[in-house]
Amino acid sequence: MIFLAEWWDLRDLGNPVGKLLELLGDHGPDWLPYAVSAIVGSITIVVFLLVSLLAFAWVERRLLGRMQARLGPNRVGPWGVFQSIADAIKFVTKEAITSRNVDRWMFWAAPVLVAVPVLVVFAVLPFGEGMVLADLNVGVLFVIAVGSVTAIPIFMAGWSSNNKFSLLGAMREVAMLISYELPQVLALLGVVVFAGTMRMNGIVGWQDEHNTWLIFLQPLAVLIYLIAGTVEINRTPTDIAEAESEIVAGYHTEYSGIKFGMFWLTEYFAGFAIAAIIATVYLGGWTLWGLEEWVPGWIIFLAKLYGLFWLFIWMRGTLPRLRIDQLMGFAWKFLLPLALINIFVAGLEVLIWRENDLAAEAVLPGFAIANLVLAGVLIVAWARFLGRARPSWRPARARLVKELGAVVYGQEG
Amino acid sequence: MDDVGSVVAFWMLSVMTLGAAVMVVAVRNLIYAVLFLILSFIGVAGLYLTLSADFVAIAQVLIYAGAVSVLILFAVLLTPRAARDNAETFLQVPGLVLATLVAVTIGAIALVTDWNEATRGAFPETAGAIGEALLDKYVLPFEIASVILLAAMIGAIVLVRED
Repeated sequence: MIFLAEWWDLRDLGNPVGKLLELLGDHGPDWLPYAVSAIVGSITIVVFLLVSLLAFAWVERRLLGRMQARLGPNRVGPWGVFQSIADAIKFVTKEAITSRNVDRWMFWAAPVLVAVPVLVVFAVLPFGEGMVLADLNVGVLFVIAVGSVTAIPIFMAGWSSNNKFSLLGAMREVAMLISYELPQVLALLGVVVFAGTMRMNGIVGWQDEHNTWLIFLQPLAVLIYLIAGTVEINRTPTDIAEAESEIVAGYHTEYSGIKFGMFWLTEYFAGFAIAAIIATVYLGGWTLWGLEEWVPGWIIFLAKLYGLFWLFIWMRGTLPRLRIDQLMGFAWKFLLPLALINIFVAGLEVLIWRENDLAAEAVLPGFAIANLVLAGVLIVAWARFLGRARPSWRPARARLVKELGAVVYGQEG
Repeated sequence: MDDVGSVVAFWMLSVMTLGAAVMVVAVRNLIYAVLFLILSFIGVAGLYLTLSADFVAIAQVLIYAGAVSVLILFAVLLTPRAARDNAETFLQVPGLVLATLVAVTIGAIALVTDWNEATRGAFPETAGAIGEALLDKYVLPFEIASVILLAAMIGAIVLVRED
């Protein structure tokens, strides 16, 4: 449905740009409309993210308070709603300390660069019909590629701080990102196999056309992507890169003031980005089985996005932090084999569907049930039997460290 | 290459790519060299975009800026005193000679060739075409590459196994 509304209807950037092109005729430079649409779209995305951040910084702390049977922030304004504004003022006005032995250029550049990949991801995500800054035809690949460079600014922060805890945190972050990128990519590939396109709007359109969400066809992939996404955004069940019980604050140990604020807000932005990707790719984006005719698409999209972010908060409030070897083993020994099987099954199903020219209404429910059963069976089988590590040597009784030949400090003798 | 935008983009990206590449060999700090290398990779991705090769551009960011550079960062991290002055190397003069020869060869080819300037619009979609070519016409090289990668992976596992 393409319609040309009034120029001030900024929901579709095509409107003002089309009007501008019309006004310019063939007089003005032809790059001007593109520049205008890029600037307007970028400002819109940043404003949206900052408003969401102000709201959710408070919502998250209140919710965590409820989950942990305490009050949460409740002093600034009614129910503490102005807490995030107070926090923002605090971040800006506090002194940003630079220690003497840091690498100054990199120490300064890391907090500036860290937000860039996360902001760029939102360019390809459709907020509604036509409400997308750059409708790339390789949208899914773009999201993956941009996600893969997020490790570099974090690495810069950790290395330039000249602090062993920072460096450890940075190394953990990089190792974690490499490990979880594989299951994440394989999970998204299942979607591409079904939808037959990598364009984000195309994936949303496919789900709208077939009156289904890809979460039903790819239940295992959603689970894998959700876990890998949580790891990528560094939130509490998996925040080993800044585990305060082990390595002070990880890669941002040496940062303070607004420089630390940049890392903090990037974490939230990344959470919104992962939630937005899941909402678009697996939950039908801005469509809701016809409801988008009456309710604006962006409200549906934002409802899905915030619902998923609430899920992240819930996970943070209830799950304990994993150990680094558990987290890495989980990626390589559990998620990766399951993701490989999932992509193989998805390919097989689409092959059967396309080769036999079957009707979508007939096969898709069958695939959905089959995949759900397969997901359950695989998870249980892998957790119980197939993926289980069998230690070759089990101690029959508890032993002292000294018996095993280790040196006990103070008793070297 | 008619409109102002793509000419400006081409020159900016070229300066960025080449400048970063020069800095890679010029700076003493190994970490800085890796970061400039990443900047150079991203510049090349931008150049692909001006040629409307969107798939190749994104793959460049994903593979070179995202994966290869992170592996190099790991290697540099495990190098002792990566940030201190790196000593002079005997290979400076041969390297300079080789680089000059390569540059002269490529420059000569670029100048001598009678370039066919095709006037066509942007490609509609390159990802599908690349996929079809890889699994249809070039399926044998594609499969051989995957076998080589598999062999490398198994080799790495065998090397680090303890028993």
